[in-house]
Amino acid sequence: MSLQRPPRPQQPRQPQVPQLQWNRWNLLLLIPLYLLLTPLYNRVTPKLFGMPFFYWFQLASVVVGVLVTALVYIMTREDDYVVTGGPDRLNVDALDEGAGR
Amino acid sequence: MTVKATELIIFAIMFGTVTVMGFVASRWKPGTTLEHLDEWGLGGRKFGSWVCWFLIGGDVYTAYTFVAVPALLFSAGAAGFFALPYTIVVYPIVFMPLLRIWSVCRVHGYVTQADFVRGRYGSPTLALLVAITGIAATMPYIALQLVGLEAVLRTMGLNQAGWVGHLPLFLAFVILALYTYQSGLRAPALIAFVKDILIYLVVVVAVLYLPIKLGGWDSIFGAADAKFQQTQSSADGLLLNSGNQLQYATLALGSALALFLYPHTVTGVLAARSRHVIKLNMSALPMYSLLLGLMALLGYCAIAAGVRPLQNAATGGSDSSTIVPVLFDQQFPDWFAGLAFAAIGIGALVPAAIMSIAASNLWTRNIYKEYLRRDATPEDEARQAKMASLLVKFGAVVFIVVINPQYAIDLQLIGGVIILQILPAVGFSLYTRWFHRHALISGWIVGMLYGLWMLYQVPNPGTGRQHFGGSAYPLKDVSLLGLWSPFEGSNKSIYVGFAALLVNIVVAALVTVILHQIKVFNGTDATDPADYYAEEGDETVEPVYERVGH
Repeated sequence: MSLQRPPRPQQPRQPQVPQLQWNRWNLLLLIPLYLLLTPLYNRVTPKLFGMPFFYWFQLASVVVGVLVTALVYIMTREDDYVVTGGPDRLNVDALDEGAGR
Repeated sequence: MTVKATELIIFAIMFGTVTVMGFVASRWKPGTTLEHLDEWGLGGRKFGSWVCWFLIGGDVYTAYTFVAVPALLFSAGAAGFFALPYTIVVYPIVFMPLLRIWSVCRVHGYVTQADFVRGRYGSPTLALLVAITGIAATMPYIALQLVGLEAVLRTMGLNQAGWVGHLPLFLAFVILALYTYQSGLRAPALIAFVKDILIYLVVVVAVLYLPIKLGGWDSIFGAADAKFQQTQSSADGLLLNSGNQLQYATLALGSALALFLYPHTVTGVLAARSRHVIKLNMSALPMYSLLLGLMALLGYCAIAAGVRPLQNAATGGSDSSTIVPVLFDQQFPDWFAGLAFAAIGIGALVPAAIMSIAASNLWTRNIYKEYLRRDATPEDEARQAKMASLLVKFGAVVFIVVINPQYAIDLQLIGGVIILQILPAVGFSLYTRWFHRHALISGWIVGMLYGLWMLYQVPNPGTGRQHFGGSAYPLKDVSLLGLWSPFEGSNKSIYVGFAALLVNIVVAALVTVILHQIKVFNGTDATDPADYYAEEGDETVEPVYERVGH
């Protein structure tokens, strides 16, 4: 193959690595899709600061988007084994724990 | 029209500052060499949360966006506001797929989404289609950034006829091309800081100051309503009507699905240091969406302020993209208007640089190396990409100078439709290999043709053109080979890209079933399920400097 990469370190793959990692918190990500239901907010009243509902409701929805992604980020943080600072290699035990999700 | 000295001087100072930054950027957190695509094309794959926020933010929310979206509200009303729901739903939608593509690309050293597709299916052909689609969709996008930049330059008085009128633009792009050539992705990453801080400043001041000056939101929306009442068209107005709601929703969803298929956004994501950085940014990037939503309302402020778009002296037409610049010019003192123009102008440079880098990466990895020089070394690749980036930018300038900018807008519209057609190959493949590679190619071909055919049939009543006039396709015209029209009599319309994507998926699925039935070989998969979860520091993720190998 033409893509250049060095040979992978020869180590046995963790057999317990699942095909797909799933966390129920991820379902929260569906919530902002309510914005696709235009009849929900396609009207003038109630106004806010003189702004028709159509506009301020969608502007306010930015907050919903932020909250949802932030919550999922926090609740799924343990799924990722975060190592910061430098290219330190994990030892095999740590990797087992981190990868065995 | 006279040149506005104060505005121009402030603009020139800001422009000069970012030019210096662009050249110095090559020394910012340098790797051992820039002669490697990981370094030149992805900034060493080590950008942290802040840099990524500015970089992707500068990438997605372009000068053109900040100029075009208000212009859309100015002329069409509520329908133009789709940009807000689009940029809200996009992050929850791409949250998980982006983590997967980052991990798998990090483990295998993939630089482009086409690299990934090639590795996933062992199919250079499918990768080629993805690469060509990406390049074709990006080119007009770069040209559009020039439209944004030129709108600002012309408002400042540099509105000459003929080629002289394009000279400032040409100069700006030569400078941009040079420091992108030298510094690679680090240049836009560093400049993005300046651009975004300026944009935030300008928008916050504008949305606080202008409503007060123009008598409050109530009277601004009142003025907009009065304008839309006067027009003959039923398509505009402060609210959506029964005919364009489906279009609004599908355009928002379709654009959201398309956004992170564009090469320049993928480049921004792959430049991140870790999954952690991407996750954090999915919550942080909507801050820009808020900005965009507020900026959009400036279109109504322009109506209330009685703004008339400038006549473009080079094309002779009325240039609706000058709405916001003219508004700033009229309502703000010269020095602040200059700052605002600098924000928009620099806002054009950042995405233009990233887009040209991304297009060059695709060219180099998936066309040059795959088909022209299989034995290219990493140094060859970097050299090739740098040259390609010059060519891409030069092409964009020629495009704007020689051809009517309106075509850039039309082509960008087409770009959104065609980039969606790689969603099955790139997006679905992140999760499943059920689709057959030949089926993905079939779906791409059919979706592409169908999308272009639909676009061809859409007229633009505003400009009197018969074809490629918009992306809203009337449902009543949808038919199955002319035999069966399921939505006859409907007054609704749908986003062309979304409709074409649905057809693409159906075709890909049907062909897949058939090919699986007759057991056609589906290529080899170079990736491993665990690759899609790899994080910085994992054993499969090697430090970039080891791969760069110096």
